[in-house]
Amino acid sequence: MATQVVMPKLSPTMEEGQLSRWLKNEGDKVSVGEPLAEIDTDKATMEAQALATGVLRKILVPAGETVPLGAVIAIIGEPDEDISGLVSEASSGAAQADNKERIEESVQGRAYGAPDELAQVVPGGERTQATVEGQPLKSDVGGTPAAPEAGAAGQNKSQDPPQPQQPQPTAADAGGNGQRAEGSRLIVSPIAARMAAEAGINLHDLRGSGPGGRIVKRDIEAAMSGAAAQPAAQPQAQPQTQEQPGTQLRAVPSPAQVPADGVAPYREENVTTMRATIARRLITSLGPIPHIFLTTEVEMDRAVEMRRQLNELDPENKVSINDFVIKVAAVALMRHPAVNASFQEKAVRYYERADVGVAVALENGLITPVVRSANTKSVGQISREVKELAERARNRKLAPDEYTGATFSVSNLGMFGVDEFTALINPPEAAILAVGAVTPRPVVREGQVVVRQIMRVTLSCDHRIVDGAAGAKFLQTLKKILENPLYLIT
Amino acid sequence: MAVITMREALNQAMREEMRRDEGVFLMGEEVAAYQGAYKVSKGLLEEFGDRRVVDSPITELGFAGLGVGAAMAGLRPIIEFMTFNFSILATDQIVNHAAKMRYMSGGQFKVPIVFRGPNGSAFQVSSQHSQALESWYAHFPGLKVVMPSTPADAKGLLKSAIRDDDPVIFLEQERMYGLKGEVPDGEDFLVPLGQADVKREGKDCTVVARSMTVPLALKAAEELEKQGVSVEVIDPRTIRPLDIETIVNSVKKTNRLVVAEESHAFCGVAAEISAQVMEHAFDYLDAPVKRLSGADAPMPYAKNLERLALPDVERIVKAVREVAYLE
Repeated sequence: MATQVVMPKLSPTMEEGQLSRWLKNEGDKVSVGEPLAEIDTDKATMEAQALATGVLRKILVPAGETVPLGAVIAIIGEPDEDISGLVSEASSGAAQADNKERIEESVQGRAYGAPDELAQVVPGGERTQATVEGQPLKSDVGGTPAAPEAGAAGQNKSQDPPQPQQPQPTAADAGGNGQRAEGSRLIVSPIAARMAAEAGINLHDLRGSGPGGRIVKRDIEAAMSGAAAQPAAQPQAQPQTQEQPGTQLRAVPSPAQVPADGVAPYREENVTTMRATIARRLITSLGPIPHIFLTTEVEMDRAVEMRRQLNELDPENKVSINDFVIKVAAVALMRHPAVNASFQEKAVRYYERADVGVAVALENGLITPVVRSANTKSVGQISREVKELAERARNRKLAPDEYTGATFSVSNLGMFGVDEFTALINPPEAAILAVGAVTPRPVVREGQVVVRQIMRVTLSCDHRIVDGAAGAKFLQTLKKILENPLYLIT
Repeated sequence: MAVITMREALNQAMREEMRRDEGVFLMGEEVAAYQGAYKVSKGLLEEFGDRRVVDSPITELGFAGLGVGAAMAGLRPIIEFMTFNFSILATDQIVNHAAKMRYMSGGQFKVPIVFRGPNGSAFQVSSQHSQALESWYAHFPGLKVVMPSTPADAKGLLKSAIRDDDPVIFLEQERMYGLKGEVPDGEDFLVPLGQADVKREGKDCTVVARSMTVPLALKAAEELEKQGVSVEVIDPRTIRPLDIETIVNSVKKTNRLVVAEESHAFCGVAAEISAQVMEHAFDYLDAPVKRLSGADAPMPYAKNLERLALPDVERIVKAVREVAYLE
């Protein structure tokens, strides 16, 4: 089996070699590892060794001639073997370019350094596929070249520099990122990004105060404490004429000194791990908001009596039981902030005033106009406001900010004779109070069956924020004040 | 604790180590009879004689080479360069021999030698005599590089350097020889190599300073405190090995970093610190690391230009305010 001997790469920068001297003559026996020839490289004179055993059949490059890397310089074979095919292939030059590429690839693929390289030998007429390091290629025999075919064999590449193996990034690639960056990319410092992620703050909601709008640490700190700072910056007594164009359009019946519209001031506390787990688990039970329902009976005799007296005093502005409920609920909310809150995924928002939504039935629907700061208003004021809002609600004259942004809602179906029902929470509020009719019922007081004016109320709570006990305590307060309305003036 | 100058502290360190180990000797230009160009070797010739305090000819490469050979033969030479600008002549001995000998001999030779002298700018000595060369020497594995900023550090670090079995480049500062400070008494006072010192604690911004910029950074920190900005000042003290951990921990706390140095910025120590902080504390940064370096130009001779070419308190204040987004 005849093999080709090719010009080996004997120095890292070698592109061609001069065959300085043949150490064997045609017809000499050679064995693997024996020196075949001396080659002058660009650096030194080196020996090319045989990678096959046999007879040096044909010298193709005479001493003194310079040939490019990979050129076939000799053929080793059996003494009587026909080598004419290999000779003609070698003389065509086609083999050289291909060999050279393979040698270059192999050298580039290695680490650095230039260990002794042996002459490249192609067994069985196959051209060599690799520069070998110290060892003859055993897997060569009759095998397919391991390295991929690269480049056209016919091209004379002897003078070409090695082709870059790695695709170069194109200008378009390089520019692509930058172009995208200018328009919409969020610029944020690493620590700010990290803090935002930990606190669950959406960076898109923030405006960066750093150069070029970079969101920096202080912006995140502001966002984290901002919730608490905001209400401080908007004191309760702020005149309501500011900023809100809607205000002027609205005839507010009460001469309210109250702050009114917009989002109620609040403080936020981060959701604890436990709270997040509770939220995650409960949400899988009933709709997106996991509800719990708490019902209690309220003895309304004193409230009914007080209402009667009030209405005697001012027949022009009669107050309803529901107005009492709104007022008392608002007062109770201030004492039980968990019920006057909103679940914000990573934080719980605790509102600092009670903006009570009052469910008003419409002909074919329902709307809940909001009594702002109900905790600071008198029952009379609330009554006037509810009447006016309900009137305009029925006429579809409410502005959006008049029926959004409540912190809690009250729904009363007592006028329809409903004794008791459950209401569904109006997100993102944390609770709603369902109020039934006031009806005389027999109850047991001090061992005696007596008749009392009884009203049943059911509190629906967002269990992610309001646990059963917290809701129950709110109801206790509500019940205590409704049963003893004099508390309202203490 | 006695209050002494940096010059006296260095003198004490050499004197104590020469008393402690008779293999320690001092060699350099004018170190003996003239007692040192900056009087750092005052009194040493008198106490130790001319076999151990040796005046050399003006041949930096020559006496540096003698030192390397003496160290390989078992002595502990201290080679004084009148200024480190002149050490450039000796870099073959320092870089090619002192730094490599232990490695290339497979550990058969150690080279316990200290090259010391003033580094960096002085007062109007112009381009060729004002260079800060720490990044040159810190670049090569095999050399330790030390830069004290207080008399106490100077003494403790020089003693450690003399006792160290590897070559140490010990960079003093001409402007600081007269700087006074408390220095702990006792011959056992050592400051370990490779340990940074937090010169002042703070929480809003870290300033890494060395040598001459340390007192500037401390003054800047005082100024910034009045403006409500709390600055932590860290002096690495040893450039090689660099105590990056202390710096990174500080940056993790403050999220901002200014590095102040009198050497040029390009390929400098501040560049190295910036890179390492980026590698180790990227997620903690609130602003790009700010380098405050000497001007990228040869040192001018003119006094006003010289002042402009070096970091000062005002510029450190400004740099801190910049990374704190206050500018």
